[in-house]
Amino acid sequence: MNDGKRTPGSGGSASRGSSGGPKKPFLRRRKVCKFCVERVDKIDYKDYRMLQQFVAERGKIVPRRISGTCTQHQRRLTRAIKQARQIALLPFAAEL
Amino acid sequence: MNRTYELVFIVRPDLVDDEADKLVTGLETAATGSGATLRKTERLGRRRLAYRVRGFREGNYVLFDLETQGPEPIGELQRRLRISEPVIKFLAVRTDELEKRVEKNRRHREARLARRPAPAAPPAPESVAGEHAEPPAAV
Repeated sequence: MNDGKRTPGSGGSASRGSSGGPKKPFLRRRKVCKFCVERVDKIDYKDYRMLQQFVAERGKIVPRRISGTCTQHQRRLTRAIKQARQIALLPFAAEL
Repeated sequence: MNRTYELVFIVRPDLVDDEADKLVTGLETAATGSGATLRKTERLGRRRLAYRVRGFREGNYVLFDLETQGPEPIGELQRRLRISEPVIKFLAVRTDELEKRVEKNRRHREARLARRPAPAAPPAPESVAGEHAEPPAAV
């Protein structure tokens, strides 16, 4: 099983994002999923302004551990972002 | 079974307005002609593109909301869009499963709200998740 939470210092191996235990450098805030809180039903690829909040400056999709999104919504969000990129509502890569 | 789709496409911006309109109505007839019901067409208008497409930095966005019986009409429409010179991008998305899920969530939510008279102040402190047994969050 995943010991990431209980035993810190498990060697910094690529654990599956269960960033529970505070490792020395950073503490992870318990962020909540924006979509769960607002009870959003559908993440629309056309709503690029909303999607943009989850896209970094260079156009990359922000990881779940940073944005605090839950798995389910992150998956849908990713799908929507990739769709939006296909119709040029969001860039694939952006120049800084 | 009825499939619903969203079809977005981008028309090149340097077309005269009525040329673009002609093109869109032509596609509308193509859609209905091949067996789809056009539920809605939206003109989202000119927008800046996130990247250059065929040299253009702007595009004229059009959205079709379609309902079909089988997969064929969409394939046909896509073929036409691909061939059509003024159309520079398109994307078809299937929405019936999505709508099903949205509807199901909404129904569940309404049923839950109806079950408990939420606004009435309950005499005893009630835990919010009273109805369904929420397992203690043991990770």
